[in-house]
Amino acid sequence: MDLDNLIKQFQQKDSVAFEALYNMYAENICGVINVIVKDPERSQEICQDVFVKIWEKSDQYDASKGRFFTWILNIARNAAIDEVRSKAHKNQKKNLAVDSLVGIFESEEDLNSKMDTIGLKSLLKGLKQKCILLIDMLYFKGYTQKEAAKELDTPIGTIKTRIRSCISNIRKNMA
Amino acid sequence: MDVKEYIASGILELYVAGALSPEENLEVQHYAIQYPEIRKEIEAIEHAILKLTESSSPKMPENGFVKIKEEIKNVIQFTPESSMSKKTAWGSYLGWAASILLAIGLFWMYSENSKLKSEIELTNQEKQSLEDILTDTQEEITYQERLLQDIRDKNVTVIALGGQTVSPTSYAKAYWNKEEQKVIIDAQGLPEPPDGFTYQVWSLKLDPLTPTSIGLLDDFASQDKKLFTLENANESEAFGITLEPEGGSESPTLEQLYTLGAVGT
Repeated sequence: MDLDNLIKQFQQKDSVAFEALYNMYAENICGVINVIVKDPERSQEICQDVFVKIWEKSDQYDASKGRFFTWILNIARNAAIDEVRSKAHKNQKKNLAVDSLVGIFESEEDLNSKMDTIGLKSLLKGLKQKCILLIDMLYFKGYTQKEAAKELDTPIGTIKTRIRSCISNIRKNMA
Repeated sequence: MDVKEYIASGILELYVAGALSPEENLEVQHYAIQYPEIRKEIEAIEHAILKLTESSSPKMPENGFVKIKEEIKNVIQFTPESSMSKKTAWGSYLGWAASILLAIGLFWMYSENSKLKSEIELTNQEKQSLEDILTDTQEEITYQERLLQDIRDKNVTVIALGGQTVSPTSYAKAYWNKEEQKVIIDAQGLPEPPDGFTYQVWSLKLDPLTPTSIGLLDDFASQDKKLFTLENANESEAFGITLEPEGGSESPTLEQLYTLGAVGT
C-alpha cells in the first residue's frame, strides 16, 4: 500500500495502518528525541508517548501543509524540547543548538552504546561543523529559516543554499 | 519555471524540515504536484533525513507498538467520535448544502409544474368556452338554415303586414306554410314593446271579422332575429299584430293594432 493511503487510513483511526506507520518511522522519531534528550531509555519512553500523541492528533494532519514525516517530526521535537526544559535545564533553543548533534558527532567515547554512532558518523563524514549545526537547528530543533538566519546572523538566502549543500553531502555519503 | 534552479535553491530541504512559512509550504506543495521531478527530490531529501535520524536512534524495543496499542485502545473509546465529527464536518456541511439546493430545486420544479398546470387548466377552460361558442354557432346556423328553408318552401305564402294608425312606420311579414300549418312572423319592423306588454298575433276572417289568437311574440327584446314561429291551423284571410298586456288577451285591442295584412292581396 502506498504512503498516502496508509496515512488516510490512519486518519480514519485504523490501528493496523498506524502500526505500519509506527514501523516506518519509530526509529527516526526516537532518533530525533534522543539527539535532543540524550538519554536512550527516556527517549524510548518519550517516543512511545509521541506516537500516542500522533494517534490522538491524527485528524489534525493536513497533507496540504507538508509531509507526514515533517508533521510527526515536529511533534517529536516539541515533546523532546519540553522534556529537556522540564528537567530544569531551562535551556533555550539556542542553548540546545550548541551541543546535541555536533556533540554526538565530535564525541570520541561512545556515550550512547545503543546508538548507531558509526552510521551517523559515516553520514556526516566530510560535513563542516556549521553544516552539522544548521542540520541540527533545522531538523532536530525545529528552527524556522528566519530563526536560523537570525541565530547564525546569516541572510536567509545563504541558509537555503547552505542547507542544500549540506544535505547533498549526506546524500553523497549515503551512496 | 526553472525546476532545476528551484531544486537548487534549497527550499525543498527547508520544506522537509518544516522550516517554511505556510505560504511557502503551499507553493512547494503546488510545484510538487505539478512537477514530478520536485516531488522525487523532496522524497530523496526526506530519505536522507530519515537515514540521519534513524542512525541517531537508541533503537526501539521489538514490541514497541504493543504498549502504544494498549494506550490508544483507551483513546479509541472516546476520541473517534470527536475526531470523526470534526472530519466529517465538511462532508455534512456539503450534505446540508446539497440538500438545501435540492430542496430549492424541487420547490422550483414544483412551482414551475403548478404554473404549467394552471396554464393548462386555463387553456382547457378557453378551449371549452370556444367549443361552447362553436356549438352555439352551429346550432344557430342549423336553426337559420332551417328557417331559411321554411321561408323558401314552395308552400309558403308571404304576407306583408303594414303599419297602422297607432304606429304607421311599423311593418312585419308573415311566412305562412298552409301545408305545415305554421306561420313565421318577421317582426323586425316592430318597436320594442313597453314593460308589461307583449305583441299578440291574430289570424283574421274578414267576413264577418273574426280574430283568432295564434300566439304571442314573447321575449321580444332578447330575440335579436325577431323571427317567431307560431302554429296556425286556421283558414286565415289576414294577419294582424296588436300590443296586449303581458300574457295576451281573449280578443284583440284594436286601438293597439300595429300591423295588418291580408292574405293573397
